[in-house]
Amino acid sequence: MTTQRTSGRRKQALAAAAVVAGLLTTAACGGGNGSGSKNGAAGFDAANNKVAQADQVKKGGTLKFVSTQDADSWDTTRGYYGFMWDFSRYYSRQLLTYKTAPGATGAQLTPDLATDTGKVTDGGKTYTFTLRPGITWEDGKPITSQDVKYGIERSWAQDVLSGGPVYLQSMLDPNNTYKGPYKDTSQDHLGLKAVDTPDAKTIVFHLPKPNSDFLQVLAMVTASPVRQDKDTKSKYGLHPFSSGPYKFQSYSPGKGLVLVRNDKWNASSDPVRKAYPDEITLDISTNQTDSDQRLINGDYDIDLSQTGLGPQGRQIALKQNKDNLDNPVLGFIRYATFPTSVKPFDNIHCRKAVIYAADHVSIQTARGGPVAGGDIGTNMLPPSVAGGEGQKYDPYNIAGSGKNGDIAKAKDELKQCGQPNGFSTTIAVRNNKSQEVATAESMQASLKKVGINADIYQYDGSQIAGIIGSPSNVAKKKLGIVIMGWGPDFPTVQGYGIPLWDSKYILQSGNNNYALINDKTIDGLFDQYTTTLDESQKTQISTEINHKVMEGAYYLPFTFEKVLNWRSSRIGNVYTTNAYSGYYDFVNIGLKSSK
Amino acid sequence: MTAPLHEPAAEAAPGAAEEAAVAAADAKAVQGRSLGRIAWERLKRDKLALTGGVVVLLLIVIALLAPVITSLLGQDPDVYHESLIDPLFSTPKGSLGGISGDHLLGVEPVNGRDIFARILYGARISLLVGFLSAVVAVVIGTVLGILAGFFGGWVDSLISRVMDGLLAFPQLLFIIALVSVMPNEMLGLSGTGVRIFVMILVIGFFGWPYIGRVVRGQTLSLREREYVEAARSLGAGRIYILFKELLPNLVAPIIVYTTMMIPTNILTEAALSFLGVGVKPPTSSWGQMLSSAIDYYDSDPMYMVIPGVAIFITVLAFNLFGDGVRDALDPKGSR
Repeated sequence: MTTQRTSGRRKQALAAAAVVAGLLTTAACGGGNGSGSKNGAAGFDAANNKVAQADQVKKGGTLKFVSTQDADSWDTTRGYYGFMWDFSRYYSRQLLTYKTAPGATGAQLTPDLATDTGKVTDGGKTYTFTLRPGITWEDGKPITSQDVKYGIERSWAQDVLSGGPVYLQSMLDPNNTYKGPYKDTSQDHLGLKAVDTPDAKTIVFHLPKPNSDFLQVLAMVTASPVRQDKDTKSKYGLHPFSSGPYKFQSYSPGKGLVLVRNDKWNASSDPVRKAYPDEITLDISTNQTDSDQRLINGDYDIDLSQTGLGPQGRQIALKQNKDNLDNPVLGFIRYATFPTSVKPFDNIHCRKAVIYAADHVSIQTARGGPVAGGDIGTNMLPPSVAGGEGQKYDPYNIAGSGKNGDIAKAKDELKQCGQPNGFSTTIAVRNNKSQEVATAESMQASLKKVGINADIYQYDGSQIAGIIGSPSNVAKKKLGIVIMGWGPDFPTVQGYGIPLWDSKYILQSGNNNYALINDKTIDGLFDQYTTTLDESQKTQISTEINHKVMEGAYYLPFTFEKVLNWRSSRIGNVYTTNAYSGYYDFVNIGLKSSK
Repeated sequence: MTAPLHEPAAEAAPGAAEEAAVAAADAKAVQGRSLGRIAWERLKRDKLALTGGVVVLLLIVIALLAPVITSLLGQDPDVYHESLIDPLFSTPKGSLGGISGDHLLGVEPVNGRDIFARILYGARISLLVGFLSAVVAVVIGTVLGILAGFFGGWVDSLISRVMDGLLAFPQLLFIIALVSVMPNEMLGLSGTGVRIFVMILVIGFFGWPYIGRVVRGQTLSLREREYVEAARSLGAGRIYILFKELLPNLVAPIIVYTTMMIPTNILTEAALSFLGVGVKPPTSSWGQMLSSAIDYYDSDPMYMVIPGVAIFITVLAFNLFGDGVRDALDPKGSR
């Protein structure tokens, strides 16, 4: 499905990597209760999986975002950064969206433009939705089912609107028979056969095959309505036409934007958005140290990119402003994976030898320690995804007795692999992520103890698709160990794992199944997952897929990633949500004072 | 007041010493002095240059003996000491970046590697690249400079234009681009070996025009001198004139430029490693240490200060020494 592009959320988490170091011990005894502290900050971790200071929020005021990174695009069809999806709820609505609630509840779906979560018929192949009354565009005209269909159709026009996720195509039109609205010859440009709009209030989806995550995909920002007469094609991202409580007042790419209230939005038509502030601003800064400092100074309220404070900012904040910090577990997993096309990693025992030999504590330290880096990863399904078990599932004893590396076991596996004296290999790592290079160096040092000599190959991080994403290049350069990170596009095993582990997703360029896993059992489990509608059964299958992946020893998990995010003392009703991998849920943040 | 014990002995000596000095002075007056000898006499009187020279020698010895010194101290540049790192901030425990009896210059943040050992090993890279690239530059620069100056005409125009071109070339950008497309293995080298090889070649290659211009200019003026004319009229061949008449007279400027070029090359190596296109981990280099120190300049300033001071001392020592050599070799020099 992601032939066009690799996961943006992952990329951005990668950026998140520019993060933090630990404070677990001090964190535990620091503040943490609802509302204390000298300056009115809610307390350490007060908004982590719970709501901080909801009662202190008033209507009005200006909520100020800062970021070192602009969105890839504010066009609802094209954005792939997790923060863009989070932010876009200010100006776009979908048939369904995520509950505005902390933690796991926040990942549940709730009707938005639709009156309910849809009628499923025809064995899971047909979904019918009715639109709510009173839903309007920023010019006051009603949002129709045709607008929703047109917005969805736009994502077929990848030649003009590249960048966004393409789950809609793969579920509605897997053979890509539709060419997109710009090449659509029908008069209304609504030729996509898989979607019917019998009247302005009804929309019907026909899937060629059932998919149990279809509702998740409808909740993605990619499925937002777009009005045909307002579609400026590739320029739409400069001024998306709002269906939500805020509209674009100004936007200059790479500099910043201002959202103001959309006075045509009816609060009564929107059960999700509270729309507390009058105005929302975003300033793009080029320097993280500077933007962190200005957050700490109180010039801004929140970091849009949610990648955590940098090393300097984190140290100041931990010492002086701990009550303004949250330390959420993000949905990302950092890992090393072993392309099975590169000898001797075709042999499972050599893969296991590396997993056992690695010093997992050293890797964790390299990633920033337990607080800023995250807990030691023991398996490949993020705890925030249904079916994820966290450190409870640890088949290689990574966080247990083997956490400093199990030399004896590693040597034993090397013997079974037929390489008793070790071997030479290459670790591929992006050169623009200092933590990733540090983890590579840590692996290099610990592998040396069992005779595995690893050379570190650093490459330009923007060239992922052609370097580690190209199986032929990986084989040619003999990249036996690939260091990467990944986060879910939507919080299910499909949204996380299918591009990584399903053999159908092995691509010649932009590949994400770096290990080239080709396991009939895993493929079969994914097929089974997509046709299963029962939630508990889906969870069980997710767990099973994770176990199969781990049993194959394709991955050495590093960390279940954590960051230290800043929230100013001016804001309330703040909480992290699993819907956006542990980011703050932007849409309902309010200010404590309207000044 | 009590006299030191050895004083009587010293008093006994002066007569003999004076005699020896007089004898030496007589010998000099008779023999005359070679250029090298004059230069050495002058250099000896230049305390700053001598200090520089001693430091340079010391650095070379340290670099050569790095494995011995570190193993005597029980350290290894690649061994992690995570127990010395504060998990809260990833910085070394203790003051001044974890300086202690075991770790003379402290340990690195995050992984706790011994900074002293890494500085010593880093000196090897800096000096190796600095020296060898200077040698490359000197060899190419001298040969082409002499050819341009001696033959003149189209040879001179060609070589001079090439030099102009190279001097205008953005060498740092070129090296960065080159290193990133370099294969990981070549000529039997791999990893860091390739990087060092490429750095030496490229820094040397871009350095030769500086020497080439000087040599060309000197050659231009020397070839019109009477002694060259004399040799030519006696039937000496071009090769003979080039190597026996011209080259010995070019040695002085070449030495001066070489000593000035080495510190520049060391800085270039540091810059490349700083930018991540120098040696590969875990090999240590000063520039790369500086670059990773940026994230900790506030919390662990020593980590930035130490490689910075190492680069500073090395470059300063080479420059002082080079200045001294230039003054000493300059026939019109006042000292």
